[in-house]
Amino acid sequence: MYKDNVVKLELKSIGENVAIARMTLGSFLMMYDVSLSELDEIKIALSEAVSNSIIHGYGNHEDGVVRIIFAVQNDELTICVEDDGVGISNIEQAMEPAFSTKMEHMGLGFVFMQTFMDKLMVESEIGVGTRVTMQKALLNQEASEPQAM
Amino acid sequence: MLQLRTDDDTLVVSVVGDLDMVVAKEFRETVDSYLFNHQWIKHLMVDLSGVNFMDSSGLGVILGRYKLMRNRGGQMALCGVNDGVYRVLELSGVKKLMVILRTAEEKAQ
Repeated sequence: MYKDNVVKLELKSIGENVAIARMTLGSFLMMYDVSLSELDEIKIALSEAVSNSIIHGYGNHEDGVVRIIFAVQNDELTICVEDDGVGISNIEQAMEPAFSTKMEHMGLGFVFMQTFMDKLMVESEIGVGTRVTMQKALLNQEASEPQAM
Repeated sequence: MLQLRTDDDTLVVSVVGDLDMVVAKEFRETVDSYLFNHQWIKHLMVDLSGVNFMDSSGLGVILGRYKLMRNRGGQMALCGVNDGVYRVLELSGVKKLMVILRTAEEKAQ
């Protein structure tokens, strides 16, 4: 079993902080056996969630706060991204591929989160905010290998 | 960070860093302004060999420039694409729209 861990981050809603969130995630996952391609995919899922909070939740206003939790418990990674933005009026529609309210946005954010993570849950209330929770099992390769006698 | 140079009627843009919402905005503003002021440019080549990470904001700006170049009667291509970035281009369907040269293929040539 991997060691359980929790890290909480609170970021101002500016685009530059999306990279800080990704870097922190990279450091957080260093103690786990995550391949580089898997790490890239998890970083994309996180980047999409945090970008959504800044672009859609706060409408690119820089006075908002994005709260992020990285946790590993029982060999499962949980990433929670929460904002106090405008909220999503129709979550089902927002999660459809190619749906976007903004020009030049491909509407693939939720698609990438779903593709790269095992589970995705979106909770939102208009005028209150949005919480995105993503989970992914971390394969413990050491545990699955036969032990030398 | 972006570097721009021209090669005949092609604008070559080299990107260094993570192609996320911050770099995507810089890319859009810089390249659109350059293209607007240099109407004779017909094609766009984007060198992504300095890019290790791209999310849907990066994809959006690439797709937007593809449409722009098509409207000018030109073409767009990507080069120096690593495996991670290629996966994102593949998943989104963008790889079907333009010529994409992967890092490994370029090394083999």
